Amino acid sequence: MITSSRSTGMGDSRSALAQVDRRLQFLIGLMLVVVCLLALRLGLLQLGDHEQYAARADDNRISLRALPPNRGLILDRRGRVLAENLPAYRLVVVPERAPDLEGTLARLADLVPLSDDERRRFEQQRARSRPFESITLKSNLDEEEVAKLAIHRHRLPGVDIEPYLTRHYPQGELFAHLVGYVGRMDDRDRERLDPDRYRATTHVGKTGIERQYEAELHGSSGFERVETNAQGRILRVLERKDPQPGEDLRLNVDLDVQRAAYEALGDYAGAVVVLQVATGEVLALVSKPGFDPNLFVHGISHADYNRLLDHRQRPLFNRVLSGGYEPGSTVKPFIALAGLDAGVVTPSTEVVSTGQYRLPGHSRTYGDWKAGGHGRVDLELALAESVNVYFYKLAVELGIDRISRELALFGFGRSTGLDLPGENSGILPTRSWKRATFNQPWFPGETVITGIGQGFTVVTPVQLAHATAALAGRGRTAAPALVGQREPVQMVRHDDADWRAVHRGMEAVVHGSSGTARAIESELVVRMAGKTGTAQVFGRPDDDEEADEREQDELPEFLRNHALFTGFAPIEEPRLVVSVVAEHGGGGASVAAPIAATVMNAALEAGL
Amino acid sequence: MNGSPGSLVALGLQRLRLDPWLFGLLVVLVAFGSMVLYSAGEQSMALVWRQWVRLGVGLAVLLFVAQVPPRLLKAWAPFLFLAALLMLVAVVFFGVGRGAQRWLDLGLLRFQPSEAMKLALPLALAAMLDRKPLPPDWRTVIAAATLIAVPVGLIVIQPDLGTAVLVGMSGACVLFLAGLRWRLIIGVSAALAAAAPLIWLNLHEYQQDRIRTFLDPESDPLGEGWNIIQSKIAVGSGGLSGKGWLEGSQSHLEFLPEPHTDFIFSVLAEEFGFIGVVAVLALYVAIILRGMFLAGQCRDAFGRLLAGAMIFMFFVYLAVNVGMVSGALPVVGVPLPLVSYGGTSAVTLLAGFGLVMGLYSRRRFMG
Repeated sequence: MITSSRSTGMGDSRSALAQVDRRLQFLIGLMLVVVCLLALRLGLLQLGDHEQYAARADDNRISLRALPPNRGLILDRRGRVLAENLPAYRLVVVPERAPDLEGTLARLADLVPLSDDERRRFEQQRARSRPFESITLKSNLDEEEVAKLAIHRHRLPGVDIEPYLTRHYPQGELFAHLVGYVGRMDDRDRERLDPDRYRATTHVGKTGIERQYEAELHGSSGFERVETNAQGRILRVLERKDPQPGEDLRLNVDLDVQRAAYEALGDYAGAVVVLQVATGEVLALVSKPGFDPNLFVHGISHADYNRLLDHRQRPLFNRVLSGGYEPGSTVKPFIALAGLDAGVVTPSTEVVSTGQYRLPGHSRTYGDWKAGGHGRVDLELALAESVNVYFYKLAVELGIDRISRELALFGFGRSTGLDLPGENSGILPTRSWKRATFNQPWFPGETVITGIGQGFTVVTPVQLAHATAALAGRGRTAAPALVGQREPVQMVRHDDADWRAVHRGMEAVVHGSSGTARAIESELVVRMAGKTGTAQVFGRPDDDEEADEREQDELPEFLRNHALFTGFAPIEEPRLVVSVVAEHGGGGASVAAPIAATVMNAALEAGL
Repeated sequence: MNGSPGSLVALGLQRLRLDPWLFGLLVVLVAFGSMVLYSAGEQSMALVWRQWVRLGVGLAVLLFVAQVPPRLLKAWAPFLFLAALLMLVAVVFFGVGRGAQRWLDLGLLRFQPSEAMKLALPLALAAMLDRKPLPPDWRTVIAAATLIAVPVGLIVIQPDLGTAVLVGMSGACVLFLAGLRWRLIIGVSAALAAAAPLIWLNLHEYQQDRIRTFLDPESDPLGEGWNIIQSKIAVGSGGLSGKGWLEGSQSHLEFLPEPHTDFIFSVLAEEFGFIGVVAVLALYVAIILRGMFLAGQCRDAFGRLLAGAMIFMFFVYLAVNVGMVSGALPVVGVPLPLVSYGGTSAVTLLAGFGLVMGLYSRRRFMG
C-alpha cells in the first residue's frame, strides 16, 4: 500500500523515508490489532454475556411495586360511616437518590415543618429499609405544603409527594374504644401477618374492630410492574394485578344510641352497654372518656400521648372490656333466682329488716342502707328497695357454692365472647378460687357480702349487660356481637314462676312506689325493669346506699362510689338491655338509673 | 467518466486540496454519528444543530489548514509550539474550570490550550526531526523527549489525564515513526512499568478512584462504579442487532451517564447491537487506513511523520473511548472522535485531517 517515496533533494533521505514507511506499516498493523481486540471485547459483552446484561437492563428499568388494597369501611347498623378512607399526600424520600441527604432534609424543613418525632421516625425506618425504598418523612400534608413541595421538587432529588389513602374516623372519640384505630405496622405486626397480603400495607388495625376484623377489612395487595428511570420516576406500567379491597363491615351498633349513651354519661367516666336480648347484638358500647382515634393514625406525638396518659379519667382505658367493678346490688336478682330455684325462698317468703344483720355466733354486724331497716319485706320489695338484710340472709342460707354456680351460669367470671380484643374475664368467687388465689379457706362473712355484690366479685360492664340479657330472656340469649349474630343459647333454666317473680321485683325498682329508681319512671317511654347498684371505692363496713349518697357528695370525687344500673325493657317482652357504670357517680339510683333511662328512650326512639 | 457528477465533485474537492475518499468517509461517519447523537440527546434537534455548527467551524479550520504550504508549517512550527506552551503555563496561573483548570478565558471565547498542543507538539517534533538524519541520534531523542515531557507535565497537573495521554501519544508517535530504536522503546516501557507505583502515588484521588473503580466496578455500584457498570449493561444488552434506534432503555431512562458525550458509543452499541458496532468500527478502520495511505504518500519525512501522528491520534481517541465504555480501560474522559457531542476535540481532529490532506495534496511538487 505504501510505495517508495518520490524523492527529495537530500542525500540519505531515501533510506530515512523507507524507515518511516516501515514504521507507518508497523503502526497500521498495531492499530488493526487493537481495533480487533476492541471488537472482540465488545463481541464478548454483546454476544457472550448478552443474556446477563439484558436481564440487568430489565432489572434496572423494571421494578415491582406493591399496591395496597383499600381498607373496608366500617358502618353502623344503618350504614352510617364510622371509619373511612380519605385521599391524602405524604412526603417520601429515597435516601439513595438524594446525593446530599442532610442538605435535602434541611431544605425540606424550610418548606414544611418537621417535628422531632417525624425526624426520629424517618431515621428509624431508614435503618431497617431496603435500598431504594421510599421512606415517609411526613404524612397527611396539607394543601399548602403539597403546593410548596411541588414547586421546589426539581431541586430536591430523591424527594417525592405520594398520594395515598388515610384512615379517618368521622365520629372521633365517640367510637374510639369500639372501632379502635389503625396505626403504623410494627415488627410484631409483621410477624403475625401474611407478608404476601401485606406487601404494600403501612397501617394495620391496632385496637377495637380495626384489630378484631383486620383480616376482613384489609383485603390483599396487588402489584404493578413498572418501568422507571434512573431517578426512580415511573414512566409506564407494564403489568398490573389489582389489589383486592377489604370488605366493608356493618356493625350492629346504632350511631344514635351510641351518641345518646356517650352524652348521657355527662362528665362521668364510665361505661354504657346496650344489647338486644334475643340476638345479643350490641347496639351501643361506650367507654367514656374517649379520645380522638385520628391522632393515632399518623403516629401520635409525644405531647398528645402524654396528655392522654396523664388525664385524670384515663381516656385510653377501655372500661367496657377491661374495667372491673364490684357489681354491688345489681347482683341481687341473680342471688334471688338462685334462692328461688333452690327452694330456700319463695316469692312470698318474708324477712324482717331491722337495719342490721349478724351471722349466728359472730359479733360483726352487716347493715341495711336505710337506717332502722325496711321492716317486713317479701322478694319483690326486697329487690325494689334493695334490702340488704334479705340478701345477707338468703346468701348465707344458699351457701357460696350454690351462689357461685348460679352466677357462673349467667356468665360471671368468664369473658362473654364479644368480638373485640382484650376482654377481661372478671372474678367469680368460689372456694377453689379463694384457695388458689389467697391459699385461704372461704369464710362465712364473705358469703354474706357476696349476697349484695361486694367482696371479691368483679364484673365488666359487658358481662353485666350480657347476664342481664340472659335474665331478661328467661335464660336465653346469644353472646354479645358487634358484627353478625351468635347462636342463641339457653344459658340458664328456671321455672317460669321464678323468672316472673324476679322480673316483677326489678319492675318495682323502677315502677314501684318505693323502688330505688322510681325517680326515672316519669322519664321513661316504656315500662322498664332494672336494678341499681353501688360499687365501693372507699371501703366501709356497711352498705348504706341512700345514706351513702348523701355522704358521698361530701367525699372528694375520686373516693366516691361507682354508680351502677342494669335493666331491660319492655317488661312484657324484653328486647333491650342497658347497663351503666358511672365511675365515682356516688349512687346507682341517683346517677346511673337516669342515664340508663335516657339511653333506653333513645334506643326505642331509634326503632330498636 | 469525466462528466459524471461524482468525478466533478472529486475534482472540486481536489482543487480545495481535499482527498475525496477520506472526506467522503468522514461525512458518512458524521452523518451516522448525528443519528446516534439525536437519540442520545433526548431527541433534541437543537442539540444536533449545535453540533453541526461546531463541525462547520471544524470544516472551515480543515479547509484553511489544508491550504497552508508545508514550507510555512515547518517554519512556523517552533513558534506555534512556543505559543501553545506559554498558554499552558498561563493556564497554571490564570486558568478556569470546575475541579481542574483547563481553560483560558479570553473574554469572548474560552480556549483550551491543551487542544492546541495536540497539533503543535507533533508539528514541532516533525519539523525538528525533519532537519536531522533519521533514525535520530541520542541527543535528538533527548531533545524530543523533553519537548514531549514539558507540555504533558503541564497538562497532567491541570489535571487532565485523558488529554495528557493523547498529547503524549501523538508526540511519542512522531518519535516512533522517525525510527526510535526498539531497544530504547522496550527499555523506557520497562522503566515506566517499574515506576508505576510512584506514578500511582502522585495521581489525584479522583484519578486513583477511577482506576480502582475500573479494576473492580462492582465494589461501588452506586458511586464511582455506576458509570462503568451502566455502560457495560447498555453495551451488553444491545446484543447482536440492538434494541433499535431511539429504543435504548439504558440511554433513555437516564441510567447511562452522559449518553451524548463520553458514553455515546454505549448508546450506539445498545441501539444498533454488535452489527452496528462492527459497522462503525469498520468505518473508523477505513478512515485510518486511508489516512495512513495518504501519510505514506507525503513528499518528505516531515509530512509523513506529521500526517502519521495525526491519524494515530485519531486512532487513540477511538481506542481509549471504546475501551472505556466497554470496561477495558479506566474512565478518562476521552470522546468518541467526531461523534460525541462537543466542539473542542472535533475542531482539533478536523484540523489534523486538514494537515493530512494538505500535506498529501502537495506530494508531487518540489519544496
